[in-house]
Amino acid sequence: MSSTQAAQRTTLSRVPRQRGSRSPGRPSRFRLGVRAFCRDKVAVGALVVLVLVALASVFAPLLAPHSPTAGDSTMRLEGIGTPGHPLGLDGQGRDVLSRLLYGGRYSLLVAVVPVLVVFPIALATGMVAGYARGRTGEVIMRVLDVLFAFPLVLLAIALAAVLGAGLGNVMLAIGITLVPYMARVAYTTTVQEVGKDYVEAARASGAPTRDVLLRELLPNVVSGLLVYATTLAGLMIVVAAGLSFLGVGIIPPTPDWGIMTSDGASVLLEGKYHVATIPGLLILVVALSFNLIGDGLRDALDPRKQTS
Amino acid sequence: MTSRYEQVLVVRDLRKVFGNPTSGVVAVDDVSFDIARGQTWGLIGESGSGKTTTGRMILGLEPATAGSVDFDGNEIVRARPKTLQALRRRMRMVFQDSGSAFNPRRPVGDQITYGLQRYGIASGAEARARTVALVERVGLEAAHLDRYVHEFSGGQRQRLGIARALITDPDFVVLDEPTAALDVSVQAQVLNLLKDLQAERGLTLLLVTHHLALVEHMCDHAGVLEHGRLVESGPVDRLLTDPRTETTRALLDAVLEPTA
Amino acid sequence: MQNPENSAPLLEVENLSVEFHTDGGVVHAVSGVDITLAPGEVRGLVGESGSGKSVTSLAVLGLLGTRRARITSGRILFRGTDLLRIPERELRGLRGSHIGMVSQNALSALDPSFPIGAQLVEVIRRHQGVDRAAARKLALESLELVRLPDAPRRLRAYPHELSGGQRQRVVIALALACRPELLLADEPTTALDATVQKQILDLLLRLNDELGTAVLLVTHDFGVVSHVCDSVTVMRRGKVLEQGVAKDVLRDPQHPYTQALVKAVPRLHLSESERAVPRQQRRLHEFSEVMASVGEAS
Repeated sequence: MSSTQAAQRTTLSRVPRQRGSRSPGRPSRFRLGVRAFCRDKVAVGALVVLVLVALASVFAPLLAPHSPTAGDSTMRLEGIGTPGHPLGLDGQGRDVLSRLLYGGRYSLLVAVVPVLVVFPIALATGMVAGYARGRTGEVIMRVLDVLFAFPLVLLAIALAAVLGAGLGNVMLAIGITLVPYMARVAYTTTVQEVGKDYVEAARASGAPTRDVLLRELLPNVVSGLLVYATTLAGLMIVVAAGLSFLGVGIIPPTPDWGIMTSDGASVLLEGKYHVATIPGLLILVVALSFNLIGDGLRDALDPRKQTS
Repeated sequence: MTSRYEQVLVVRDLRKVFGNPTSGVVAVDDVSFDIARGQTWGLIGESGSGKTTTGRMILGLEPATAGSVDFDGNEIVRARPKTLQALRRRMRMVFQDSGSAFNPRRPVGDQITYGLQRYGIASGAEARARTVALVERVGLEAAHLDRYVHEFSGGQRQRLGIARALITDPDFVVLDEPTAALDVSVQAQVLNLLKDLQAERGLTLLLVTHHLALVEHMCDHAGVLEHGRLVESGPVDRLLTDPRTETTRALLDAVLEPTA
Repeated sequence: MQNPENSAPLLEVENLSVEFHTDGGVVHAVSGVDITLAPGEVRGLVGESGSGKSVTSLAVLGLLGTRRARITSGRILFRGTDLLRIPERELRGLRGSHIGMVSQNALSALDPSFPIGAQLVEVIRRHQGVDRAAARKLALESLELVRLPDAPRRLRAYPHELSGGQRQRVVIALALACRPELLLADEPTTALDATVQKQILDLLLRLNDELGTAVLLVTHDFGVVSHVCDSVTVMRRGKVLEQGVAKDVLRDPQHPYTQALVKAVPRLHLSESERAVPRQQRRLHEFSEVMASVGEAS
């Protein structure tokens, strides 16, 4: 029984050529990603929560029933359900709900802005270090290791103390502490991807370093870093709140959730729980939401999950 | 593109040592051979023989410790990165596992078309048209170009890999175990396709494999590697019927086939 | 190999069907499969990926993860006992002492944290209840049985210190440590070099001869079947297409799929007429051609 035979004449098939870069009926990658995200109900819920909180903060001037800074000391420490003050008042007679709404602006800004700003810096640093390996890579990572040596929160506190209080300085302090963490994740992801076949295949196709980094590695490193960044945002809410709690964050009487918790802590002994607990709970909810969104993002960004 | 040389590839004393040059692991030990234009050359060896490393050094993907590789008058081993990149238009590779050789996060069409843009062969609609033509030639469809590699079967992935290798109209292609990851029913199609394409385009092929029957089917000449040394080489018709070394004999002996 | 016709069958798979419940729907991995194995028989279970051959052998061992896989019909009779109807404890007792398994990736079958001697001793003690010293002797004998060179020293070696072929020998030794009557081997040599593959297959043949162990060998390679198997079962998409004496099926396959499978592989040993075709013009029979000629889409 023979397995080989002489070749038949091969005919090239003639098929009409297609114009345009997308075949009809095929949803874009973005839409597929959105669909994959929506399959994670919990992530969608968390996104809704976050959006609501953000909107509430943005529209604070419209939504807040009272001034967040002016207090009526005759009504200090009134509890939840007080007419006109649904969430009660704090130790200086300020409306808790209004302070929460205005405070959200600062807390959310401090959580999100440093992460956003540091993202490209860390991505570039990590990718360059991860691709270069050898001397350059080692040097970069050792420098970052110095920053790593300090516990995150301690470093943030030290920087904030040095720079002084205030929103801008807090964001700067947090941003600096974030750099080694994000860069490390970008670095390890890059190192992992560089060893894979598709990178070598790109080189074998003649790709110069620039193309390997930007076309091949970037999409694969960004996704991982993005997921990590969302969890960091959640953590930063807590860290920023901690900084304010310790007095090296926002300058009073500007409200933010951290300082509200701190103020509330001193009146806990008077039996007034609402002042500290409510902002504390909100911090928890928002941080958790960020984490859950991160989970959903991971699935949304995985090309294998993006079946149409 | 016409060339002045009869020998497309001349490999001399190619050597690769991992680790310390004097005490490290010798993966490739002074290998020398020539491949003439239009030939299919088989580099035979089991795992650890150094065949894949040799293939990669020939393409300049792995720096050689010593020796020379001359591709159509161009020295590969000591070439500067820019020179190598330019040469990669004419010397291409089909990987063993095209599934991992394609970027999972980019459409496969882009990755195939890249060669055209990179070397200024074509761009825009013309590039797209050429890619479609080649993809159809290998048995796939235009609609496949927007998909991602995980959406394809093993056989389809190998075809995509072949398309990517041939998009720049190369002279020389290295095939690293092109059918090892494929089901039997699909292997025949891919192998026949490779032969057709070679005949159509006058390709010179280097087939890196441990599969002797594949060498018998595809190659005119072949060499046997063991522990990095090229223990024997010659025309396949002679090599596989009248082996001169124990290594080759053992390999032939190990082939299990149902008797016809 | 003992004469299969004169003894009661060792293993009888009757009308086995296995379903997998996936996000994409129900997959019928195995549909109405009948396989018989006599004591001492070496049977090849051949098919491509998705044929159901591995699922079948896993079903025999009772190793199908229960979450998504469901055995919807059939019996698996081992020496008359239906493996699908006995309690897990009894099944565990059978596994190892009466039914052994060798899988494709020897590295994952061995625990990387323990020396191989310790792993052998553990298996022997669990099934044969002997003391440590006796178990160690038996372990050494097992390693010598599989002709692992320098066996006494190797007892203390860790899996990563051995080569692929040596590891596979150890895995076979583990599977045979308690001298089971049946050995299930799932692509035991696919990941090995050809020269090593031949040694391992020759080892299996010898063990079959010396110990009388029956072997159900799952493979995609007809060459392996021709070298080792007395009989063969060809599967495709969960169904058995044909089975019989290996020599007969290979020489004269009845089903077009089997014919196509055998013809589609490049061969080293060619006939005169095949060799007469210049290499440039040689082509293999493509699956779709053969299947189309019989009027079936591949």
